[in-house]
Order: sequence, then C-alpha cells, then structure tokens
Amino acid sequence: MLANILKGAAAAAALAITAAAPARATDLQFYFPVAVGGGAAEVIQSLTDEYMAANPEVKIDAVYAGTYQDTITKVITAARGGNAPQLSVALAVDMFTLIDEGLILPFDDFITSEEDRAWLDSFYPAFMENSQTGGKTYGIPFQRSTPVLYWNKEAFAEAGLDPEAPPATWDEMVEMGKTLTKRDANGNVTQWGVRIPTSGFPYWLFQGLSTQNDVILANADGNKTNFDDPAVVEALEYLVSLSTEHAVMEPGIVEWGATPKAFFEGQAAMMWTTTGNLTNVRANAPFDFGVAMLPANKRRGAPTGGGNFYLFDGSSDEELAAAVDFIKWITGPEQSAKWTMATGYVAPRPATWETDTMKAYAADFPAVLVARDQLEHAVAELSTYENQRITQIFNDALAAAITGTKPADEALAEAQAQADAILAAYR
Amino acid sequence: MRAGHDGLPVAFFVQEDAPMLSRQWIHGWLLLLPALAFIFLFTHIPAITTIWNSFQSTPRGRRPAQFVGLDNYERLIGDPVFWKVLVNNLWFALGTIPVSIALSIAMALFVNRAFAGRSLVRMAYFTPTVLPLIAVANIWLFFYTPGFGLIDQVLGAFGHGQTNLLGSPDTALGAIIVVSIWKEAGFFMIFYLAALQAIPPQLAEAARIEGAGGWTIFRRITFPLMMPTTLFVSINAVINAFRLVDHIFILTGGGPDNASSLLLYYIYETSFRYWDTAYGATLTVVMLALLGLFAIGQFFLFDRKVHYK
Repeated sequence: MLANILKGAAAAAALAITAAAPARATDLQFYFPVAVGGGAAEVIQSLTDEYMAANPEVKIDAVYAGTYQDTITKVITAARGGNAPQLSVALAVDMFTLIDEGLILPFDDFITSEEDRAWLDSFYPAFMENSQTGGKTYGIPFQRSTPVLYWNKEAFAEAGLDPEAPPATWDEMVEMGKTLTKRDANGNVTQWGVRIPTSGFPYWLFQGLSTQNDVILANADGNKTNFDDPAVVEALEYLVSLSTEHAVMEPGIVEWGATPKAFFEGQAAMMWTTTGNLTNVRANAPFDFGVAMLPANKRRGAPTGGGNFYLFDGSSDEELAAAVDFIKWITGPEQSAKWTMATGYVAPRPATWETDTMKAYAADFPAVLVARDQLEHAVAELSTYENQRITQIFNDALAAAITGTKPADEALAEAQAQADAILAAYR
Repeated sequence: MRAGHDGLPVAFFVQEDAPMLSRQWIHGWLLLLPALAFIFLFTHIPAITTIWNSFQSTPRGRRPAQFVGLDNYERLIGDPVFWKVLVNNLWFALGTIPVSIALSIAMALFVNRAFAGRSLVRMAYFTPTVLPLIAVANIWLFFYTPGFGLIDQVLGAFGHGQTNLLGSPDTALGAIIVVSIWKEAGFFMIFYLAALQAIPPQLAEAARIEGAGGWTIFRRITFPLMMPTTLFVSINAVINAFRLVDHIFILTGGGPDNASSLLLYYIYETSFRYWDTAYGATLTVVMLALLGLFAIGQFFLFDRKVHYK
C-alpha cells in the first residue's frame, strides 16, 4: 500500500520534472548590487519575474549580491572558480579590471541585426564612455547615476535665502553655506551648510569638483592618471577649505551612508549625493526639498556613476544570447521607466524619457529631470586598469588631505607616483 | 599499544605477534585519518601553497603566474601601507589585550560573589560574545555617528559639540579598539570565572586568618593560581588581535587613509579587492610568521612562570 503510494508520488514527480524541463530550457544566473536606500531589490526581482512570465523557456535566478564592492568580489570569485554567472550588474568603472582578468565578453559578438545595432547606439554618450574601449562595447548602462545637489528649502527660507535658488557656483555655495550654518549658545554647530560625504569612495564626489575645475582624472585608455595636476590640487584644496577655512561643512571624514539621514534630520542644509537616492529622499524628507545640478567653477561638471550589465565568459552561446535578450528587454523604455521611478537612477536612453509614463512622472516631479539634463556636462567616472587599487590610492590621498594629515599637493603627488608605478605595465 | 615518538607503535618490529599488531597499527592510523585529513586539507596544505604563491607573480587573465623569487618581499619592505597596518596592529594588540584581560578578571571577581541578580549580570557580560560582530558593528556605527548618534546625543545633553570619532585619524583606531574590548572581555570572563571557582576557598580563609587583606590575597593567591587561564586567555587574545577585523568593514573600511586598517584587513583588500593574490600571499606569510613567533614565545617563556597544580 505504502509502496504503491510512493511509486505513484515518484511517477508524478518524474512527470512534473519532464513536463517542466522543456519549458525552462535556459537557466541564467544574474547578480545585482544595491547601493541606495529604498526597495531596489524588490523592483529587480519583479522585473525579472515579469520577463520570465513572458518568456517561459528562460529561467533567471536574480541574486542580490550586496554592495557594488561585494558584487564584484563575488562575481570574480565565482568566475575564477568556473561558476561565472551569465550576466551581472557591476560598477561601470571595473570594466578594465574585468577585461584584464579575461572574464567578460563584448556585446558586439551577440549583435546580429540592424535593430540590435540601433539598440546599442541608443544610450546617452556620457554613459557609454565608461562602457566602451578599443571600439567594443563591454557594458550596457542600467543603474547609472550622477551626483546632484539636494537642498532643504525650509532651511533656506529660515536663513533668509531664496528657497528656489540653489548655489550655482563654488563661491555661492560657500557664501550660502555660511548663512546656513547655525550654532547654538555654546558655539556648537546644529546645522551645517553643506555636506559632501567623503567616506568609502570620496573620489566620486570629488570628481565633481575636479571636473568643475576643468580637469580629467584619467585618460580614456585607463592607463594614465592626472592626480597631481595643479587643477586637481586646487579642487582638493577647495574641498578641504569647506570644513577648515570656511567652516560650512563637518570636519573629518563625512559618512556616505548617514548622509540622507543627516539631511532629513536637518543636520545639513545641502547635500551632495547620488541621484539614485532621489526616491528615498522624496519618501523620507520631512520638508520641501529641491534638486539642482552641482555648482560650477570653471565649468559645470559631474562624473557619471553606477552599474552596467556585463556578460561573462564561460557559458554556452545560447545562454549568452538569452542573457543579451533579457538585457535588451530590461533596458527597454517601459521597464527602464519603472526602474527610474522606483530608485531615481537616470534612465540611460532618451527613448525612456519619451514614454507617457515617464512624461507624466516628470511633470509631477520635475526634480527627476535634473540628473538627465546634467548629463551633457558629465564625464566618464575615474576608471583605470587595476581600478580598485588605483582608486583606493586616490581615496587614501583624499582622506589624508581632508583629515589634515598631509597637504593636498603632497598627498596627490604621492598618489600619482604610486599610480604610475602600477599603470606603467599597461602602457 | 605503546607508541614511539614518531607515532609508530614500538612493538611494530616484533615479529611474533606481527599480524595482530599490524592490524592495531592500521586501526590506529584509521582513527587518526579523518582528523589528519582535515588538518592537512585546511591548515597545512593552504599554508604551504601560500608560501609557494608568495614567490610567484599574480596571474592575470592571459598572463600566467611566474616565479619571481623575493620580488614580493622587496615590495613588502617598500610598501608604506604594510608598515602602517603592522604598526596599527601592534597598537591594536596593545590596546585590546591588557585591557580586555584586566576587565574580564574584574568582571569575573565581581560575578563570583553571591548577590541578587547574579545570573542576570553574568548573562549581560557574556552577551557581546554571542552576538555576531557584523551585527554589533552596525549598532556601534549608530553610537558613533556624528550629530545624531548615541554618543553625540548624550554629549550634546551636556553642551558638548559634535564628535567624529570614526572620521578622524587620531581616534578611528581607538574607536575600533573599544568595540573589540567590549566584544572580547565577556568571553574571557567565562574562563576566569571557571578558574576562580576551582580555587579552594580554604586558601583565602587561611590567608585571612594570617591577616592578609583582599588585595594581598588576590596578588599572592588568586592571580598566581589563575595563571594557566591567563596563559590560555592571552594566547587567544593575541590571535584575536590579528583575527578580528569584521567590524572594520562596517565601521571605517580601514580609513581614513589606513588609520584604522589592520594586517588581516589589508590582506583581504589586497587579495579580494585588488585581486593581487601573490602579494596577498606574501602578506599572509608575514602574518603566519608573526603568529607562530608569538605562540612560541608565549609557550616557552610565559609557560615557565605558570603555576600548574
């Protein structure tokens, strides 16, 4: 009796497996990082589910892999162990490293039709700078961002400033910062004028300052840096002066993760952070806020940032073709619009901004357009061979200057010498 | 079965009962085999590969590893970050080991007495040990947050301004040390508590009759009798001083400018962030050598002063 039941169950299970197997011919694994507050992971999962519902022959296992840093570590470890995922979102700036490790494939290999070629050409050029090298495309822009300035309109009004006029230049930011910095009876600061976080990866927001000072940090081949350029030194001296000479920013290393919270709590009247935090700020700021382009010095400027889709070597051509198809779908206008509305990341193709959904959203919430409009002033994010190490050298130099252990010029000259020693092998 | 110094049974060479003894011999080795396999697989072989890798270059993509002799060690000597993290690690050890041992003895003495709520206090002391370091680091991160963190809220109530303990090179390492002491002291307390309870109370009673005060009893009786525990605890504390880096990931990421980076954290960054595995191996060899040296020193020098019953 029992044996019969077991047999029946086994047969049913076998049937179920054989029935399911042909419907799921392709298994894909997809790693993604989350670097901002809010429910970004749920949105990725629901988009993936939507794709699978429309394409029953493909099964995609979307794996949340932690921060950008964790994701790149996991993906390289998996690839070295022979278990590379078919696709992953990872920092756009790690492109040279991934090429150097021999882990990724150019998308050009999977581009067959005219239509595909048009898709590849349909992204904002500012985002493609960190995605192409040697005439090939290695990254497809997805959760791309750029830093913007958020300001607290109530704090501006309280300080007697025009709540609708954010600072447009470096000098204005200092002047407004002084008006906005509030102290209590003991002389302790209760509200800082501006907050430019410097923990973890200070190079990114600093690249806003260096770009505004009209200098680029690394060449397009990723094998030469300009850390000791006088314009870079000047930009760093400006950043340092915000908390020393002008006393409008908290001294020492300012934590990145706590920055939105500090803004919500009224600890800082202006903050620089990624546009990827836009939806988070909209949901949680207990006051009226504005979003503006970063202030200009010699020119306007900002780095791009964020993650691209990469295609990993080590899977069959069918699997990789399916992965490319998924990437094409998820970067499509409607999907991309959902993603932008859920997070604040900049939709990477003009087509997305043309959808009715996005137009309606932008009409209701014009702040979302600031980051897109800033793209015309944006440059490639600092990216070199051995990228993690080079940026860490640069981060250490910035931290040394910010904390006052070394003068800006000395710290940057040392960083340049160290970077040269490493990059010489790639020239 | 008598075993010779090299682990082979002495009677192995005796011919008469050879079949039985050789079966015993096989039996013995089979019993050892699982433990041996694991110790080789997870300790000895990786250690040897590490040493071997430290003489090679890092393989990258299509460039395989090459034998480079002592190049990696030369680079190590010229690497300012290496010296910085090594010095940090020595300060970290000096900061955590004596304080956490002293604190754990004090806590053990305190909870060794009878008072109401004793088991509650014991549990409170031991709780940090049970919690995962990553989780508590996130709680400490909130304590340390400038402006609205717990420390600043408390200080603010007394009219003190903002602090930035993690963001300043002078205090970042200290802030990390405090978390480590908090985490470790309760764990060591358990060993001291066990040691205290093993000391016969007659000794203290006799000393008291002779007119000895509390401090003399501790210094001349209790502390010397706890020396085996102190040896054990100090070895563990030294290992932990080189092993506990989880909270650095959460609290500072080694910053600012490597002010709070420790040797193991630098090894992780080199090997799994920069993927410079050969140099990571070289750093690991230094760590192995250091730990080996400390262990030898502790067992051979310290051991003589330890009073065993």
